[in-house]
Amino acid sequence: MLLNVQDLRVTYRTPGQKPVEAVRGVSFGVDTGGSFGIVGESGCGKSSLARTIIGLQPATAGVLRFEGQDLGQMDAAAFTRYRRAVQMVFQDAVGSLNPRMTVRQTVEEVLRVHRMCPPGRIPGRARELLDRVGLTETVLDAYPRELSGGQCQRVSFARCLALEPRLIIADEPVSALDVSVQARILNLVRTLQKELNLTVILISHDLAVVRNICDHVAVMRAGVFVESGKASDVLDAPQHPYTRELLAAIPDIARSLNLNPAQLPFFNPTCTGE
Amino acid sequence: MSTPLLQVENLAVTFRQESVETTPVRSVSFAIHAGERVAVVGESGCGKSLTAMSLTRLSPTDRARLSGRVLFDGTDTLTLNNDGLAHVRGHGIAYVFQDPSASLNPVMRVRDQIAECLPGLRRADRLAATVRLLTQTGLPDPARAANAYPCELSGGQQQRVMLAMALAARPKLLVADEPTTALDVTTQRHVLDLIDSLAGACQMAVLLITHNLGIVAGRMSRMYVMYAGQIVESGAVAGVLTQPRHPYTRGLLAAVPLLDAPRNTPLQDIPGTVPSPDAWPSGCAFAPRCPAVQPRCRALPPPETESDGRHCRCWLEGAACC
Repeated sequence: MLLNVQDLRVTYRTPGQKPVEAVRGVSFGVDTGGSFGIVGESGCGKSSLARTIIGLQPATAGVLRFEGQDLGQMDAAAFTRYRRAVQMVFQDAVGSLNPRMTVRQTVEEVLRVHRMCPPGRIPGRARELLDRVGLTETVLDAYPRELSGGQCQRVSFARCLALEPRLIIADEPVSALDVSVQARILNLVRTLQKELNLTVILISHDLAVVRNICDHVAVMRAGVFVESGKASDVLDAPQHPYTRELLAAIPDIARSLNLNPAQLPFFNPTCTGE
Repeated sequence: MSTPLLQVENLAVTFRQESVETTPVRSVSFAIHAGERVAVVGESGCGKSLTAMSLTRLSPTDRARLSGRVLFDGTDTLTLNNDGLAHVRGHGIAYVFQDPSASLNPVMRVRDQIAECLPGLRRADRLAATVRLLTQTGLPDPARAANAYPCELSGGQQQRVMLAMALAARPKLLVADEPTTALDVTTQRHVLDLIDSLAGACQMAVLLITHNLGIVAGRMSRMYVMYAGQIVESGAVAGVLTQPRHPYTRGLLAAVPLLDAPRNTPLQDIPGTVPSPDAWPSGCAFAPRCPAVQPRCRALPPPETESDGRHCRCWLEGAACC
């Protein structure tokens, strides 16, 4: 198991105010190459959970193991390796890039700072990475403001991949994008996962998105997982009323029209449109 | 069929900047009948919002030139004087926008903002009317909400306040521009249910602008698909979604992840992006992204064809696969 989380708790304390328990005892594991989806609404604690996993927010209690090693017991060198191995992609693609750096500089900086390859190989490696996420030469010298939201999100992925991570946490990576761009980014996640044997934790409020990508799913509410398991079990036969409520709230084309997806003319898995 | 409540004929919006002219909305025609639920869908940058704002000339008039006709209840809003326009705005056509926190005044209490939409009432009556409007939108504690500042309310509550303001003057048409894009799915459902029930109760027509085809499928009766400033396909929702005729409509549909589709199937996407208004292709605007493009598509803009109440602007109507 690549990542194992046991009874994780995150509490925010502000002087003079009641402590806020954002994560109240969450346990789960993700296998290497697996994809784990966390679904929940604003304020349920899913982003606090993600920030704690990558080490941006200390856990109040609980154990986090990565490749069997306890995060709390790691020395500085091990923690640096961990920070490299676990990378995050954020919702606001444009905002998470440095506006004063070009696409090329953004990726090259990471390679240089972390000494990921000999200095002479940095430009070539940066191009390789940008090529892998589907960006062409023409955008190499562009600034984030000159790119579309989808292109910026690809740069974010390239920047993550530069550190050769084992685990990528994507926090609502497509919710700010148009549906056609969303499809492209989701396909990219799936391809990267397959080709690089990457492990992915996908955080989203859209169950259809999670279902498309993830093999395991947890439904989070008020700091706890109310239901978790295989994606097919949780989403096709939800046990918890809250999961059912979330599923019922999704405006799904096929369900609204009372059709099987196969009856819709555009849904034809044998025709990939490529 | 009776006269439509709103009839838009060849609406075009032209911007002029440093002697360069662009036309982000070009020759858009559509109609909405009293009480009808109509959707406009398309990607960002297709001209959906600009079309909606132009109905009451909310587009920046110092820079934008509007042409065509927008007949609302028989009067052309493009030729109305300011007094006439002020009456149409709010009383005739009211708006709810995407980002409620940006649409509300952050330093004014909710009750004062709603009261601005209720002129001519005495102070006590205004407050009562405000609370009544907030109650109508299903806010749990309307009296408390009335006294609150927008920042003290959640996104869903703020959107309910926006709805209360929009409904204050009993409009005949509610234009909802991506009203739930910033909201959680369960809140989205509540707000859309609310719009549905209020529209039914007040005999109000709804023009919903969205990129979420799932919402359109479940709630609207007719839809227009917009691309690069033009309507490329229109018709009854069930027809357009189950038998799309324009490759762009098919592309949009194929990109949506479905709850009951087999897991781990790649989604189809539309390659490329919407061209910007200063670089619209001379032939069919969708030709550079179309999987079924033919030489004539690039040469000449396709004519609009009509059959069975469906309109489509494509040279290959129905011929293209996938």
